[in-house]
Amino acid sequence: MSKDETSGLSRRGLLGLAGAGVVGAGLGVGGAFAVGAGSTATSNAVASTYPFFGKHQSGIITPAQDRLHFAAFDVNDISRDELIELLQDWSYAAARMTTGEAAGDYGPAGGPYDAPPDDTGEALDLPPGGLTITFGFGPSLFDDRFGLADKRPSALIDLPKFPSDALQPELVGGDLCIQACSDDPQVAVHAIRNLSRIAFGRATLRWSQLGFGRTSSTTRAQKTPRNLFGFKDGTANLRAEDTAGVTEHVWAAASDGAAWMTGGSYLVSRKIRMTVETWDRTSLREQETIFGRTKGEGAPLSGGSEFTDPDFAKAGRDDAPLIDENSHVKLAHPDTHEGVQILRRGYNFVDGNDDLGRLNAGLFFISFQRDPGTQFVPIQLALSRNDLMNEYVRYVGSAIFAVPPGAASASFIGAGMFDLA
Amino acid sequence: MTTRPTRFGFAAAATVAALTLTGCVANNTGDAAGNSVTVDSSATECAISASEAPSGNLVFSVTNSGDQVTEFYLLADDGLRIVGEVENIGPGISRDLVVLVQPGDYFTVCKPGMIGEGIGKTAFTVTDSGEDLSFSGDIAEQVDAANANYKSYVKDQIENLVVGTEDFADAYIAGDDDTARALYAPTRVFWERVETVAESFGDLDPRMDLREADLEDGQEWTGWHAIEKDLWPADAEAGFEAYDQSKREALASQLVEDTNTLYSNVQDLEFTLDQQTNGAIGLLDEVASGKVTGEEEFWSHTDLWDFQANIDGARVLYDGVRDILVVKDEALATTLDTEFEELQTLLDAQREGDGFRLYTELSTAEIRAFSDQVNALAEPLSRLTAVLVL
Repeated sequence: MSKDETSGLSRRGLLGLAGAGVVGAGLGVGGAFAVGAGSTATSNAVASTYPFFGKHQSGIITPAQDRLHFAAFDVNDISRDELIELLQDWSYAAARMTTGEAAGDYGPAGGPYDAPPDDTGEALDLPPGGLTITFGFGPSLFDDRFGLADKRPSALIDLPKFPSDALQPELVGGDLCIQACSDDPQVAVHAIRNLSRIAFGRATLRWSQLGFGRTSSTTRAQKTPRNLFGFKDGTANLRAEDTAGVTEHVWAAASDGAAWMTGGSYLVSRKIRMTVETWDRTSLREQETIFGRTKGEGAPLSGGSEFTDPDFAKAGRDDAPLIDENSHVKLAHPDTHEGVQILRRGYNFVDGNDDLGRLNAGLFFISFQRDPGTQFVPIQLALSRNDLMNEYVRYVGSAIFAVPPGAASASFIGAGMFDLA
Repeated sequence: MTTRPTRFGFAAAATVAALTLTGCVANNTGDAAGNSVTVDSSATECAISASEAPSGNLVFSVTNSGDQVTEFYLLADDGLRIVGEVENIGPGISRDLVVLVQPGDYFTVCKPGMIGEGIGKTAFTVTDSGEDLSFSGDIAEQVDAANANYKSYVKDQIENLVVGTEDFADAYIAGDDDTARALYAPTRVFWERVETVAESFGDLDPRMDLREADLEDGQEWTGWHAIEKDLWPADAEAGFEAYDQSKREALASQLVEDTNTLYSNVQDLEFTLDQQTNGAIGLLDEVASGKVTGEEEFWSHTDLWDFQANIDGARVLYDGVRDILVVKDEALATTLDTEFEELQTLLDAQREGDGFRLYTELSTAEIRAFSDQVNALAEPLSRLTAVLVL
């Protein structure tokens, strides 16, 4: 089945968009949404739009938006050319949606009267809320189906099995992923829904995750948010302003091996179920011991305020360290891992409740790093082995993706991988 | 069931023990936080915002404005006996001390650096608010008795575990699988009753009680559950091969050896009151996270044996401190009595022969009822430590 029949989007359409540049408010075709700074005040002090095209994909060091819809896809039995077309169509629609336009040219309320609208419509009248759409490629994409085996970056490892993993196969892996983030949950859902629709017949949804309440800050201007244990999360996160740190720890470089990944990054997602019911009946003493920080301020137990560096040597009574050896802050801290850092960009989730009447709640962890094998893996191993918190969490989902660099404005995401850049 | 560090925390909890002798309790009645006094512990001062307060629930909000780790004490009229304390307050950090104080004369003092006499020792008066605080102040003997009794209980359970494990290992090595299967759950009961103690020896627990799901790549799997899978291979993955004789012998003899090491380790353990109360809630959490979900006995499905054993252990811990609790908070004792009974009724309904029905034979509604009742018991049980200890 050709893409023209399935989606109505085409390479011509993509080139047309590129020719016009990024279409702004009022300049689009009939279905364009109301868009633009100042159209709606949001609670979050972030810009209302971020560019889709550029050196890096947006949605990585972009100030973390409030909401997430993340989706992993399996590619159907299609050809290499059809895969390229899918990525072109996705790029075309994503570029439009991030500017507040409809997914297709006609929009949700226009076009041929006897045809279904080329946009589903639930984002009509809504500002994009800083929508970013970020694409990634899983290890399984680099098997023998699409002639990409020799393009697989060495940094795109298969994640090892970590102790305390209780992974559910249906929540693991995927050939492709899309991370849609916006301050408006309906806008993020709209993006995934329309991109899934565009993919019908070419790729199918494997698993997806809604998230609310970002659990980390990616810029210094953002206040540190809290996870569902009630503690601040991501105090020591890498920030966009730390350009040297971001260059060193987040962006893949040409010297890393896969030249087409230059300016890209690697995404690890982990769905972490929290048993909040048992957590809520532990004492404040134990909760703070587990984190190694105070619950209110978020200060390390060695003293100071939130952004004071923890002093792991500082001892209290009986010469025991004030910050427990197996506390979360100790095991995850860069000092414990020879300075290695990752950029976390996770979200809280509550997927209703389970059969036992417990909230199916937790943290959808997302991290970006240049080399998962030397950054994410050792940190996760230390946590999985010894983290005091393990009594209250279990890892149920896991995936890793190569996030290619941003697309040039006349091109599409992943063009370099196909030598089409 | 766990590879995980546990909440029993022998070293960390030791410092709280002394407080149990003083008869102060935390607010637990659900009213507002009570009267509040701020304390500023600096390098040179222990500045307190008031010199008197009415009797009843009292909160000292202690802020460490110095650059050393500090402690704050409320002392009795002799200036020595500790009525309440907070320790390990890092520089810049605030922490509350919540105490139920009787009318009388007290002293407050800070101890930056955690050594010496402390600084800023100040008289503090508690006036009579008229609130009825009638409970016996001297429970030291009861606390000592509870601590000693629990020590005996732990030793007794582990002795039984040693004997039972030897019989189990003999049958398994001899290839008498029926006997081994029959001994499996009844022997593990001795472990599960004192699980929070048994699993507190970091390297022993993963060797003895690790589940397959908790293994990491390349880690060798030993202990009860590795043998369990060999004895109940019905749910094993395709291609699973029964262990050969040398593997059987290696697993069984290591389990016996590790159990003997555990036996030695518990001989000299001493328990404090908060270790016991936290142990009780820890056992309930084990039930909630492993047994109610059927994940603990993944191959044999004998989870209800473990469930009952965890509850037995929690019940022993609770009964050991119940007399003290009745003095301090009779309503909580009544609630816990009721909830323990309700849970036991549910368990009794699943008895079959000398044991229980298999987890896989339970209906969703029955599992749900267990889960709900575990929550109903665990929530009030989680208040026990604060009521008894602080």
